[in-house]
Amino acid sequence: MKATTVKATTVKATTVKAVHGNASPDLYVLRLYVAGQTPKSLAAITNLKRICDEHLAGRHQSEVIDLLQNPQLARKDQILAIPTLVRLQPLPVHKIIGDLSDTERALIALGLRERP
Amino acid sequence: MSPKQKPKATGKETGNITSRPQLPKTPTGILGLDEITGGGLPKGRPTLVCGGAGCGKTVMGMQFLVNGANLYNEAGVFMSFQESEQELISNVEAFGFDLKDLIQRKKLVIDSIAVERSEIEEAGKYDLEGLFIRLGHAIDSINAKRVVLDTIESLFSDLGNPPLLRAEISRLFRWLKKKGVTAIITGEPGVAMLTRQGLEEYISDCVIKLDNRINDQISSRRLRVIKYRGSEHGTNEYPFLIDEGGLTILPITSATLKHLVSSHRVPTGVQRLDAMFGGKGFYKGSSVLVSGTAGTGKSSLAAHFVAVACSRGERAIYFTFEEAAEQIIRNMRSIGIDLEQWVRRGLLQFAAHRPTTYGLEKHLLMMQRSIYDFDPAVVVVDPLNSLVMDGNQMDVKGMLMRLVNFMKTKGITSLFTNLTVGGRSLEQTDIRISSLIDTWILLRDIENGGERNRTLCILKSRGMAHSNQVREFLLTDKGVQLSDVYVGPSGVLTGTARVNQEAAEKAAELIREQELKRGRELLAGKRSIVEAQIAAMRAEFKVQELASQKVTDVQEAIETLAAEQRKLMAHARGRDLSALGAPKRLKKGKSK
Repeated sequence: MKATTVKATTVKATTVKAVHGNASPDLYVLRLYVAGQTPKSLAAITNLKRICDEHLAGRHQSEVIDLLQNPQLARKDQILAIPTLVRLQPLPVHKIIGDLSDTERALIALGLRERP
Repeated sequence: MSPKQKPKATGKETGNITSRPQLPKTPTGILGLDEITGGGLPKGRPTLVCGGAGCGKTVMGMQFLVNGANLYNEAGVFMSFQESEQELISNVEAFGFDLKDLIQRKKLVIDSIAVERSEIEEAGKYDLEGLFIRLGHAIDSINAKRVVLDTIESLFSDLGNPPLLRAEISRLFRWLKKKGVTAIITGEPGVAMLTRQGLEEYISDCVIKLDNRINDQISSRRLRVIKYRGSEHGTNEYPFLIDEGGLTILPITSATLKHLVSSHRVPTGVQRLDAMFGGKGFYKGSSVLVSGTAGTGKSSLAAHFVAVACSRGERAIYFTFEEAAEQIIRNMRSIGIDLEQWVRRGLLQFAAHRPTTYGLEKHLLMMQRSIYDFDPAVVVVDPLNSLVMDGNQMDVKGMLMRLVNFMKTKGITSLFTNLTVGGRSLEQTDIRISSLIDTWILLRDIENGGERNRTLCILKSRGMAHSNQVREFLLTDKGVQLSDVYVGPSGVLTGTARVNQEAAEKAAELIREQELKRGRELLAGKRSIVEAQIAAMRAEFKVQELASQKVTDVQEAIETLAAEQRKLMAHARGRDLSALGAPKRLKKGKSK
């Protein structure tokens, strides 16, 4: 995955902390796809920030991509639903669709919580 | 949609498909489909194409795009929810669609949506904006006018939120309309619904159903336009074919009897036969049936017809179901018809297929396609019966009706041969297609005097004067020759019997002539005798006349003398001269 080559667009509401360093098994590489500033997109950004802050402090590398500005990425990265959060690392790649308002499910999907 | 796109259907007019204002349409370029729909799919609107697996939905969609790019210069987007781009490209290569080239020329974008159910979790609210963006980007990148979504319903198994998907798909269709692209949405049939998720609820403009059914172990594909809002369309099930050229649908022509009728004539290739049709031959664009039992010369007649067309520089197709092309060429050479030269010059095309190779529909569709590609003026189908198998007579008739109609619209003169099985009524065809036929020539063999001889007669020929005479049909090394048959008290004689009869007649004629001559001489002799007799009688009469003249003269002399005597006597007696008249009376009345 060429996560770092993708030009991330900064969305105003995001101040996702990024920790640089060698890819350790602990490192989470996340990418959130949104489409403009829709309520769902904004909610997703906020929720992602919260999850990162609470569960992945210091061990994540996240970016937000606005498909309205990079529409070709939708095809390239096989994005269908908006918002979609892609967990590029740790493998396997996982897609979480939705605005992450269901924190419980988001954490399970990210592998941060055991499946009940 | 703009109001002008929706002309109101008054329903009052009774005209045919092309006579009233129609919705703007996007031609598919698929043989037959544009005719059924009266011009194509509704322009700028989505059309639902539904049918089970393997029905040809994907091919149809791809053909719609490929034709759009190649024929109408309209770029297209193919969005696949099932197959990858690579799979698609290689799958349709068999149809001659070069997708790579189209993609390179920016006439086509293939976007394959791969949703891996196991990789996806749902956490919260979402929509399908990503799909919209992808599609929108694809459309805008090549300025596409055509879109195919194949098969969007797969999403329902990928994502676990049916109500949301339904709403999004409905939104997608509205969005497509707003974009003004003509779209094909494919769907698989569901329980009591055209599609699994009832997409037909959202696509109300045009719905086409494809079907692949098995009958007598032969699969046949059918297409039906279930609905076409604001437009007339053929409502039947139309058979279609998927072959190396993609889809072909029968009929290529609309089902109306609207072909141009020509009064132009085309020669039959046999001079005497032309003469039987008032000296000119068949009507151009008419259908001709040549029926007869085995070996009566049907193919020979067909070969003549083809050869004469080619010699005019026209193209011809010879469909054969029993013999190989080489065999026909060889056989026809034996009666002095060289078909090979026309094949070499590209005017004649043989299409030889074993009847059992394909189902009936495929045969006829392939014929139709060949005709479309080669554009001939003359078509021969030899023989028709080969297409008939158990229990499909009605089908054959229906298909032939379409084929004949199709050829008529194209102004093609068609000649069908029909093998009549011995023992059955000759004036009947297996398929009862006689009503479709304009000119029907019957070949028959007559067994007489230890030999079989062929005869030809015209059973019917619509709209032209034609001979009602039976002709003897001879296959010579100079081709087919017709000669008069002998019709006499002992019936119709042909072959050696005719030759014998002709010789006998000649002899009889000679004898009659001699008898006449003799009679004439006899008469002349009699005449001279009678004339001699008349002369003798005349002489005799003369003699008698002379004799009686003599007597009269003597008497008169006596009378004169007597009168003289009386006068003298009267004078002597001194009588008045005025009484001189009296002695005459006296002479008559009292003297003597």
